Formats: sequence, structure tokens, C-alpha cells
Amino acid sequence: MQLYRGHVLVCGGTGCVSSGSKKIQEVMANELTKQNLDKEIKLVETGCHGFCEMGPIVIVYPEGTFYCQVQVDDIAEIVSEHLLKGRIVQRLLFKAPVTEEQVPSYKDIAFYKKQHRVVLRNCGHIDPEHIQEYIAREGYEGLAKVLTTMTPQQVVDEMKKSGLRGRGGGGFPTGLKWEFASKSPGPKKYIICNADEGDPGAFMDRSVLEGDPHSLLEGMLIGAYAIGADEGYIYVRAEYPLAIKRLKVAIAQAEELGLLGDNIMGTEFSCQLHIKEGAGAFVCGEETALMASIEGSRGMPNPRPPFPAVKGLWEKPSNINNVETYANVPVIFLNGADQFATLGTEKSKGTKVFALTGKLRNTGLAEVPMGIALREIIFEIGGGIMDDKKFKAVQIGGPSGGCIPEQHLDTPVDYDSLIALGAMMGSGGLVVMDETSCMVDVARFFLNFTQKESCGKCTPCREGTKRMLEILQKICDGKGVPEDITTLETLGAVIKNTALCGLGQTAPNPVLATLRYFRHEYEAHINDKKCPAGVCSALLEYKIVADNCKGCGACARVCPAGAITGEKKEPHEIDTSKCIKCGSCIEKCKFNAIVKG
Amino acid sequence: MANVTLTINGQKVTVPSGIMVLEAAEMCGYSVPTFCHEKDLTAPGACRICVVEIKGWRNLPPSCVTAVAKGMEVETESPKVIEARKTILELMVANHPLDCMTCEKSGSCKLQDYAYRYQVTSPTPYEGEKKQFAVDDSNPYIYRDPNKCILCGKCVAICKAVADRNVIDYAFRGFNTKIATFMDTELKDSACVYCNRCVSICPVGALSDRNMMGKGRTWDFTREEVTCTFCDSGCKFDVNYKNGKVVGVTAKNPSAGRPLCLKGRLGTEFMKNADRTDLPLINKDGEFVEVSWEEALGIAPIVEKINALKK
Amino acid sequence: MVIKSFEDLKRLKEEAKALTGIRAGQGVEIIVGMGTCGIAAGAREVMSAILEELNKRELSDVRVTQTGCIGMCEKEVLVDVVRPGEKRITYGNVQPQDVSRIFSSHVINGQIVEDIVVAKLD
Repeated sequence: MQLYRGHVLVCGGTGCVSSGSKKIQEVMANELTKQNLDKEIKLVETGCHGFCEMGPIVIVYPEGTFYCQVQVDDIAEIVSEHLLKGRIVQRLLFKAPVTEEQVPSYKDIAFYKKQHRVVLRNCGHIDPEHIQEYIAREGYEGLAKVLTTMTPQQVVDEMKKSGLRGRGGGGFPTGLKWEFASKSPGPKKYIICNADEGDPGAFMDRSVLEGDPHSLLEGMLIGAYAIGADEGYIYVRAEYPLAIKRLKVAIAQAEELGLLGDNIMGTEFSCQLHIKEGAGAFVCGEETALMASIEGSRGMPNPRPPFPAVKGLWEKPSNINNVETYANVPVIFLNGADQFATLGTEKSKGTKVFALTGKLRNTGLAEVPMGIALREIIFEIGGGIMDDKKFKAVQIGGPSGGCIPEQHLDTPVDYDSLIALGAMMGSGGLVVMDETSCMVDVARFFLNFTQKESCGKCTPCREGTKRMLEILQKICDGKGVPEDITTLETLGAVIKNTALCGLGQTAPNPVLATLRYFRHEYEAHINDKKCPAGVCSALLEYKIVADNCKGCGACARVCPAGAITGEKKEPHEIDTSKCIKCGSCIEKCKFNAIVKG
Repeated sequence: MANVTLTINGQKVTVPSGIMVLEAAEMCGYSVPTFCHEKDLTAPGACRICVVEIKGWRNLPPSCVTAVAKGMEVETESPKVIEARKTILELMVANHPLDCMTCEKSGSCKLQDYAYRYQVTSPTPYEGEKKQFAVDDSNPYIYRDPNKCILCGKCVAICKAVADRNVIDYAFRGFNTKIATFMDTELKDSACVYCNRCVSICPVGALSDRNMMGKGRTWDFTREEVTCTFCDSGCKFDVNYKNGKVVGVTAKNPSAGRPLCLKGRLGTEFMKNADRTDLPLINKDGEFVEVSWEEALGIAPIVEKINALKK
Repeated sequence: MVIKSFEDLKRLKEEAKALTGIRAGQGVEIIVGMGTCGIAAGAREVMSAILEELNKRELSDVRVTQTGCIGMCEKEVLVDVVRPGEKRITYGNVQPQDVSRIFSSHVINGQIVEDIVVAKLD
């Protein structure tokens, strides 16, 4: 086996690939050969680091130097300076957002330092297309331990002891779920992985699939052994082509090594895993719809009971967990449930991966222990609000979640505390909003998503969300009436109470949660016809402040509606009846002479 | 089968275990509205009109797919239930053409009945965009108006129950969801054989028997169950009479058994056919000619003799 | 190869560790002076010798890094060896033929090769 003195890890996750990492790899390989370093330095393609905003990311070991936003032109310098002479290329290091300080090492970047990576333990550290790299980091040892020393019942018990709860959103105790499926009689059972990640902005599952697919396979195999399944499906959305490719490679490699298929590791236990590509329906993340889709039907939820543990895929007992849940499993069996349970709060154990987006300085994937305060995630890992604006709310839990205002930021985050605040853990999407975000507009955005993705089966969800959306649109257009708020609340309550599946039952959440904490914004829209955040264009008026206007005419030239007139070197004016509120004039004005409000 | 005891509307009742709350309530004489439920055929829990309140439950569960359990305390018409049902009906009505005056279904329409029962008036509090789908009048047998459809899904289920059919299913998402054929073609370009089972099961005016349209209101008709004699299968159907005259045939709701075929349903048309003959024809020198019954049956000489004797 | 037992898996893991060992950041660190002066004095050849030695001895957890000029150009090629928890030993005027004994006595057995030492730092 060839040993190398250095490894260059180029991120091959979807985010970095789209910012050009394939070209980086190619040029890097050429450059290494040119400098005669190809026998000394190994080039490795990894999965996602969860810091896609800073991509393409290149990490050089053994120093662990973290280069970000690397361009093709930078490669020659990295090779000749760093790899040949050992001099770090300072200008490519990550700059801390506030202090502007350059941070050379991966471990020291605030974004990563505060994290506790269990699920993402291997993402960005190993080459996902080489099973050996996973094995080198204790991969498949959990499974080996399970198969050689534990009975299925012991596996279920250990799982229950760990306190792991479903990471897909519901937070149902995984051990209990496994127990139901294991106790269901029948010779044929299925283990299913829900990899139909669809919440806007959430990509933790993709990161695991692309960066560490074997941890998912290992988790599923342990689950299959526990419940007595000999076949399984991974339901991945087709919009994740790289994840599907890596999964296929992983399955083939695991089969080749006898870690998947018949008589795994020489034991009696056999299990086959298949990949099923989803066709892009958000609702297929709901377990009964997901199974219908695997069976070849339209992805539409069915009433529960019967639960999948009793009558699941093809009417056989089945267990469904999501990617993040399964990725936790190998760690639990490697280090023991007790060790796992040391992290987190009393009722929510372990870590949770959040996808940070919105008006934050650092966006990306943050894995933190349960119970950490939202403030810490937002202001320390996320680096605080962009452009020194004021924090307004954080939307958590995807389109079914809720908005949490400033006063609750110190609440420890776990499943139950979030529910109490009118939000939910969901898949872990975390969208941060500042003073320039309009809460009515935010509610409208999420409701528009759920309405478009409703499967159309049950009346409250199909018709009800449409009407709620229409009312929100009306409010944003300045045509709201005071009764609209009551209508939203009563209709929202009926939908919550009567909809068929989780998608429908939680669809009104964004509206109900914003009404709970930001009712005054709704009232401002309806009663004063004002949008306090300055977002809803129908409620805005553009004006020129005469004192600031130099009469340069730049605004008049850019205005597409011909709404701005005035003499040269004299203050101009906007004809509000012609103004289409596109905002071009504000962008163009160099003297801050145009205001909206 | 074992029995369970539960409380429905304050009344203690004992019913067979395993049945649904809906059946239990009906056994006790309570009428629970349903659109999508069809015993032995569907359990989609889709329309949500049959929701009830069960003490201690977080949501209002649909009674058609909720099994009875020991000690359950069910309310079938509590204020919360009524509010939910009324809201669901209002949502349906807000997205409905409301042309009941000319609708074939008027009088036997469940939406109409329930709107009356729960006092839903138009305009509802939820007025907004309405469906604007094209009506399918492509064939002489089934008239489809998707704008009246409440997407209960019974037509899909009943079509699926016929081997080799499965002509229609849900298509599109959200507000644009509709029942469509493969590739959303008109019925005439689909695999439909016009068995009209879907028409017989549709609770609203979305599916009509083209043949019966405009021939009378539902309350004008008297119905008689007959057995079809066109073949050996012996399907049963209703013959509709108006003023003593046959106006059409309605296939029985065939959740089990064969559907009535096109021949059977259209057989009544022969009754009024002008070309219809009252006398038999026999082949004389390569041509069919009308003859008397006596001649056709070959008993003309005998009849003649009898007649002669009578004289 | 097919894994038939826990032992098979462990064996494969030990082999595989060589692939990723240097990313763990543990074990002995060898630092080679790669300034212009170092390269002129033959640092590349020393580096090659070190890598050859590493491969020969299958030392997957030894990290080899480079550094720039530290101002003792006349003593180049400079090679530092840092064993975890021990002093940083700087060897000077290292020739490729010295590499083998640096490995056998110091890197592996902790015995400093005194005759070529130029500095010992805490």
C-alpha cells in the first residue's frame, strides 16, 4: 500500500461541484504531476462539509489547512507554496466574519468549533466512494458487534436505552418503533429509509448520503437485524443524482466485501438493499405516501392505523426512519447507548443537524447537541446577523414549523421545547430573519409551498390551505379586512384538526405561529395598510427626499415606468400612480435620496 | 367475534370489535355524513366530512377509518364536529359551480343534502379562485364535469376494482388536483369501456349518464329493478320510468359482481326504435319478408283447420 | 476479499488506517525545511528518502510536513522530529543516507541520533 505524506481533500458535494470543484480536482491532479508530487500527495474527493457557501472547499492534511472559495487560478500557488514548500497560502484561508482574522485550521473555525459532529462525523473527512476509508474510521464495527454478540431483542433494548428519537421531524422514539416492527409477526419484513428530503433549505440528509453513505447502510442493516427484515429500500429523491450515484457505489462495495447481501460477515443474517428514486413530490416524505410510491402508486398518504410496523410496504411489517436517524445508529452500537445518551437533554438525546440559512453571516450545516440555546447556534456558529441588522425571528422546522422571536432565543432546543413554542424540530431547517423580513410574507411563502405540494386527497388541506393563502395574499396586497385574522385562525384550527396526514395537519403552522408572535404586523397590514418591514410592495410608496436629491437624473433614466420626472440639477419627483415599485431607482441613487415606506 | 363497549353520544353501546366508529354510530341510528366512504370498496379517509370527536384525542378523527375501542367516548354532532363539517362543506361549496338548478344530480346530491343539513350558505367565508377545468363531453355515455368534482376518489376505486381497467386516477397536486385518465386525455381516447360504475357511485354531479341527461329530475322517476336478459350473466339494473315511460337504465352500484355492460344499459333504446317490427320475418327466396306468427311457427295449416272448425 | 468475521473486519481496518491515518493528527511529526535554501541543499531528495522509508516501514501515522526557512540556512537540510509529548529535535545537514537511522533509532525507538542534532526545543 502506497503511503503519502499529504492528502488534499477536494469537496465533491453538490454545492461545491456547482461552484466548480470538478475543475479544481482536474487542475490539481495535473499540477501535482507537473511538480512531481503525485507520488507524495494524494488527491481525495470527499462529500459535503456543510459549509457550501464557502465552496469550493479544499483541505490539506496533515496540517488540516482549510482553504475556501478556491479558484482554478489558485491551484498552482497551493501546490508550489503549500505542498512543495510548506507555506500556507494565507489569502485563501477562511476569514472570521467579525474579527476578519484568518483561521488556518478546520478545527478552529467558529462555525465548526462549536459543533459536535456525530452524524456528520465522516462527512468531508473521507472519500465516500472508498469503503476502506469508512472502515478505517470504525465503520461497520457497530454492525459486527451487533451480529456477533447481540440478539435482535438486545438491539431493540439498546436502541430504547439510547433515547434516540426520529430525526425526520416527528421525534418518535426509534427504539420503540423498532420494537413494534420486531414484534409484528411475519416471515417477510422491510426496512426502509426515507431519503426524500424536501424541506426548503434543508440538506443534512444529502450531506450524509453524499459524504458518508456507508453510515446509512450500516444503520439500516442494524435496524433490519433488529426487526427481522431481509430486504430494504432507500427512497431517495431523484433531484439528488450525486447521492444516488454514491449510494450505488456504496452498495456495490459493501456487497463485494460481504457486508451486505447474503450471510453478512459470515453470519446467518442476510439483507438486500435497493434504491428507489422518488419523482419529486414533497408529500412522499410522509411514510404512507412513500410506501405507496415504492409500490408504484401515486404518492398519497393513507390513514393510520394500520401503522407501517403492522401493515407497511406491500402490506408487510415495515420500519421507516430517515437518513439522519440511521446515521446515528452505528455510533450508538459502537460506543454504547450510555455514551450516546450523555449528549442532549433528558427527553431528547444526542445531536441534531440544523441547516442554517437566511440572513446569517455563516450559513451551512451545524450539528449541535440537543439542548443548546438557539442564540448560540445563530450568533456563535452562524456568526450573527448579516450587515449588522437586527434579529427578528428564526423559522424552524421547515414549511410546517413556526417562527420564534427574540425573547425565546435562550430556550434549550429539543423536540418538546420547540412544540411548546409553536414550532417544531422538523428536519432541522433554520431560517434566520432580520428586521427586513415581513412575517406575513414569510407565512405566505411557506403556505404557498405546502399548498403546491398538497397531494389533493383530503379536503381541508387541498381547499383550506388555498383559501388561507388567498387571504394572506389579500393582506399583502393591502386589501385585508380585520375579520381576515379570525378567518385565518378558525380555518387554521379546522385544518390542523381534520387533515389526513402530517403535511396537512401542520400546514397552518407558519400562519398560526406568526399570528402568535407577530400579530401586530398583520394588523399593520390590515388596519394601517403598512408593511413595517418594507417588503410588501403594494403597501409601499417610493418618495424622493428633495434635500438629498442632486437632480442627477440617474433614477429617471433607470425607471422602467417613466414615473420619475424633474429638471436637471433640481430635485426630482416620483409619480406614484405610474410607479411600479420595482426598486431600481433606490439601487441607482448614490445620494440616498429615495426612500420607501 | 368479541364485542366492545363504548359510548356514542352519551349512550353506552356494545358492538362487534374491529368495526369502524362510523358503522357503530349507524348501528345506533346516528346518521354520519360521508362522501368518500363505500363499504367493501374504499377506506381512503379522504373527504374528512365524517369526522367525530373522541374524548382524549388530539384531532378529530374520521369515523370511517377509526376502529372502535373499549371505553371510547364518541360525539358525532358536538359543536366542534359541526364546526369542522360546516367548514369542510364551505370549502367544497366555495370551489363549486353551484348550478344546482340545472344539475342532473340535484335531488340526489350528497353535497346538496349536507349543505342543507349544516346550513351552508353562499357566499361562504372562503370565496376565491374556482376550478376552471374543461368539461369532458367527448362521448355519448359519460358526461364529466371536473369542476363539480369533490375528489372523493370513489370513481377511482370502483374503476380499479374491475380487472384490466384502472382508467382514472388522481393527477396534479394542490389546488390543481383532478381525476384524470392516463395522460389526462378525454374519456373517448382512454381505455374506458363506459360501464358507468363510476357514474353510479359519484356522490355529486361530476359524473352523469349522458343518455339520461335532460330527461327528467331524479324525483320524477320511478324505478324498478330488473335483470338484464341480453346475455347469461344476469346483471341487475334499475329501469327508470317517467310518466310510465322508460327513460333509461341505471347500473346498480356493483361493489361486488359484474358491472352492467353497454348493451344492457342501452337496451332500452330498442324499445322506441322505429324500425322495430312486431311481426316475425322469414327467408323466402333469399329475402326476409314479414309474415304472420302462424306462418313463422309453421302452424298455419293447423290454425286454419281450427278456425274452420270454429265456424 | 470477503469479510467473514469480526476479525476480518478489524484486519481490514488496520490496513485501511494507512489510507487516512495522517488526517487524524496524531503520532510522530517530521518537519522538513523546504525554503529555497533547503531545496538548494537537497531537501527534495531528503523528502523522497523519508517517504521511501515511511512506505518501507508502513508507518501510516507519521505525519510529514514542510516548513520554510528558519534562518539557519548553512545547516540545511534541516529535519525536525517531534514525538508526542517529547522535545522537538532538529537535525542539521541531513543527507538522504541519514534518513534511515533517524527512523530506526528516533522515530521508532525514541533514541535521538545525537551526532547530527543541531537543536533541542521544548
